[in-house]
Amino acid sequence: MTDLTNLTVAQIRDGHRAGDFSAVEVAEAFNANVAGAKALNAFIVETPEHALAAAKQADADRAAGSLKPLSGVPIGMKDLFCTNGVQTTAASHMLGGFVPRYESTVSQKLWDAGAGMLGKLNLDQFAMGSSNETSYFGNVISPWKRKDGGNAALAPGGSSGGSSSAIAARLCPAATGTDTGGSIRQPAAFTGITGIKPTYGRCSRWGIVAFASSLDQAGPMARDVRDCAIMLENMAGFDPKDATSLDMPVPNWEAALSSDLKGKTVGIPKEYRLEGIDPDIDAMWDAGIAMLKDAGAAVVEISLPHTKYALPAYYIIAPAEASSNLARYDGVRYGLRDLPDGAGLQDMYAATRADGFGPEVKRRIMIGTYVLSAGFYDAYYTQAQKVRTLIARDFDAAFAVCDVILAPTAPSAAFGLGEKMADPLAMYLNDVFAVPASLAGLPAMSVPAALNREGLPLGLQIIGKAFDEQGVLNAGLAIEERAGFTARAEKWW
Amino acid sequence: MAIDQATVRKIASLARIAISDAEAAAMEGELNGILGWVEQLGEVDVTGVEPMTAVIPNTLRLRDDVIDADPLTGGNRRDDVLANAPAAMHGFFGVPKVIE
Repeated sequence: MTDLTNLTVAQIRDGHRAGDFSAVEVAEAFNANVAGAKALNAFIVETPEHALAAAKQADADRAAGSLKPLSGVPIGMKDLFCTNGVQTTAASHMLGGFVPRYESTVSQKLWDAGAGMLGKLNLDQFAMGSSNETSYFGNVISPWKRKDGGNAALAPGGSSGGSSSAIAARLCPAATGTDTGGSIRQPAAFTGITGIKPTYGRCSRWGIVAFASSLDQAGPMARDVRDCAIMLENMAGFDPKDATSLDMPVPNWEAALSSDLKGKTVGIPKEYRLEGIDPDIDAMWDAGIAMLKDAGAAVVEISLPHTKYALPAYYIIAPAEASSNLARYDGVRYGLRDLPDGAGLQDMYAATRADGFGPEVKRRIMIGTYVLSAGFYDAYYTQAQKVRTLIARDFDAAFAVCDVILAPTAPSAAFGLGEKMADPLAMYLNDVFAVPASLAGLPAMSVPAALNREGLPLGLQIIGKAFDEQGVLNAGLAIEERAGFTARAEKWW
Repeated sequence: MAIDQATVRKIASLARIAISDAEAAAMEGELNGILGWVEQLGEVDVTGVEPMTAVIPNTLRLRDDVIDADPLTGGNRRDDVLANAPAAMHGFFGVPKVIE
């Protein structure tokens, strides 16, 4: 019998529907993989009973002829989504033991579609990080190793590093992620999987622990483009509980998948050619351009002149919003309370927040507090918001002459754990290619395209016009079909 | 503009985060590194540019003017609201004494 954990979401769905296997068999196979992969530390909480209950329901629904879009498919849930009755921590000490009494809109939609939950996936604390090294629950380890004979533990990317590691290691066929400045795309690229951040507003933010609300957007991570389309269809949709939710119909992205790019134009942003970048990255990019030409697309060079200012603008805007959002952690309503002997209310706030937040979270709250403080607001925050307008205008101008944009996802392959933790700025630079699309709210996806000389995966990024997830998915599919990326991490865990 | 340790302590106080002298010293360098780097934004000409407030054009909606329009966010959820409070008592959030 085939190993069920090697199947994609589409294969599980179709095979279950056809009666090739039961949903319970699928859930048991993935539960076993999850239980056997503690060394990766991808899960904060495992919920095999949830996956099994959904599987039993899926098998009953099949017998009754009432299958749902994701019946029989068990998934991983990033521990940033509130799940009713299941601990939700955002990988922080602050929310240790927090058990929501409600369900996030996105996770509820997935359960309504028949999916089951294998567990809550580890991440960077409050989704702040690019390597999963800021989690209070320990580092997530990538299943990948360099082929240099060494045994260095590699970063799975971040912040959705539990999601990326678990999918690459076949602990789940798909998972949710969230992307504020690259947190779906960069971990997907680091682990040889696929992930899409849809247009801002496609997926409801209700019930997702907030980081930077004007940027936060949920999206799926999976092994291929089709699975991302299937998952996104079941995550997206209007939600009156989120004021920024898009009141638009959810397209049938999977049904409309097509890798024929005739009549489409692909833009190549010249500002993304960085001086001194790894030649393997540039070679992958050039190969990707050739693949899209082969799929029938025309290719033009475009200019996004404010690209170099995207990252500094992001590191004002995101911390500013974070400092405001994270003000809610006060030791009163939920989460940690640290009450030193004889302390008053103000001392309790300060002690609780000193104890509950990790160093990177504190750093960002402090930066955000500073740039929003009297006397500095206009120089930093308003200036960054104006630059954000210019970055969005750059994309508007580019999309006058092209349909999608092709670029690398990250400036390097996965790095070793610990290699970049000493210097916050070096870590931030990891998201140099991912952040511009976030600031402009555009759909963007990472597709595995090649292995570098160390045998590690590299990802190509496709950025699309607002609301044109289909164009992004189709270009991603064209690359996927031509890149023939089948490499996977050899099991060591 | 560089910030000193007194400013670091002032920011920490505004952010309600207790920090030790050693942490303030370490943070002085880190924050200056980040702030020095973001200052390059000052060289961008933003004359006549509006600050972005909504990335995707959207209008704010009004919900129906009815009680408990949404069962999840409506009323009568006191026990749920208090369920995760570190010191709930008598149907309220408990806090340390604030009046001497």
